[in-house]
Amino acid sequence: MSNWEILWDERAQFWSGFLSTLEIFGLSIVGAFVIGCGLLYLLEGSRKRLTIPLRIFIDAMRMLPFLILAYLLYYGLPSVGIRLDAWWSGVGALAVYHGAYFAEIFRGNRLTFPPGQIEAAKAHGFTKGKMFFRLLLPQIIMQTRPLLGNQLIYALKDTAFLVIITVSELTAAANSLSSTYFIPTEAFIVVIGFYWAISVTMEIIIKQCGRFSAKRGFDNV
Amino acid sequence: MNASAWHMLLEGAWTTLWISAVSIAIGVMAGLVIALIRLARIPIVDQLLVLYISVARATPLVTLALFIFLSAPDLGLDLNRSVAGILALSLNTTAFNAEIWRSAFRNFSREQSEAAMATGMTPWITFRRIMLPQMVITSLPGLVNEMSFLIKGSPAIAVIGIVDLTRVTNRISAVTYEPLPPILVAGALYMAIIGCLVWLQRLAERRANRLAT
Repeated sequence: MSNWEILWDERAQFWSGFLSTLEIFGLSIVGAFVIGCGLLYLLEGSRKRLTIPLRIFIDAMRMLPFLILAYLLYYGLPSVGIRLDAWWSGVGALAVYHGAYFAEIFRGNRLTFPPGQIEAAKAHGFTKGKMFFRLLLPQIIMQTRPLLGNQLIYALKDTAFLVIITVSELTAAANSLSSTYFIPTEAFIVVIGFYWAISVTMEIIIKQCGRFSAKRGFDNV
Repeated sequence: MNASAWHMLLEGAWTTLWISAVSIAIGVMAGLVIALIRLARIPIVDQLLVLYISVARATPLVTLALFIFLSAPDLGLDLNRSVAGILALSLNTTAFNAEIWRSAFRNFSREQSEAAMATGMTPWITFRRIMLPQMVITSLPGLVNEMSFLIKGSPAIAVIGIVDLTRVTNRISAVTYEPLPPILVAGALYMAIIGCLVWLQRLAERRANRLAT
């Protein structure tokens, strides 16, 4: 039996690894997106007492490797009495880490907005929340979509780090198969193909979003 | 944490630093070479390079490091851990650097290369004397940004058993049963390293802007 046939027989393991990577990735980017928007909303509040610690938090996340944050949640938190399992600490670390990056991308785009727009919204009697959700957020998301797409690919790549804190996902599947049958080359080529397929799909989706946003006129601001 | 723990942490930081530095050096050079080859538009080679860049950008470092380290014996290569780690990091960063260099090539002013041609410079001299010095300055901010991404990705090499700044925290907590302090110190060390790079990037951006005006 050739090596490729062995892998085909073990396709269930790849498939479950693939699904669990997608699950981790999907859940954590939704979390990261919510955290990013939340941070942006809080920064919009423009109270110095609040914005300074938030900026420090965002900058700290941007200067740390992702794995250190995962270690902090998985190995570090139990010594202060909070015990998370590997899966949840991985998803939590991904969401917090990339949430900070999302917030930074949003903030950079927010700075380029003309102040007249906000003043006009205020003059029309928009409350802060309504202005944020109906005017600022849609524009910011549509304008930053290439950067968001890049960040999503980074998030996908960071899911592979979770194999180090014993989460079973796509890379872990390849690792265990290659140590069972001693066929590392073929197993990892398959897995790299999976990762490549996910990120190519994401690039296509981002491009499609570009068409949508051009139709709705978000690019003309 | 006692003195030996601090010593181990600093050793881990040194491992992270030298492996990253070697990979950065290889990655910047190889990226330039790939950008130059892509500029020549050789039929099949060009498509292969596009495929390489696309795959390398999508492959997680952990997967790449495991792939290289585990399958090297299959391919008849005898790599030790550090070489496999450096290879994985450089293969990854080369793809990103090649794109940075290529965009610097594309944005290079045509007037200058035409003027160089008109004064009788050969293509090599034009590249060496006119293009490269300016391209280095304009692409430096992007390259330094990519360097800090590489250092943030470098804990991936821990998966093949290199004791880097991240992995060393496990070693220390295996002895002291207190995982929190070494992880925090390692985080602070990473912040110091990447903070230096961010500062360098700001300097580079200021120089690039001065050139642009």
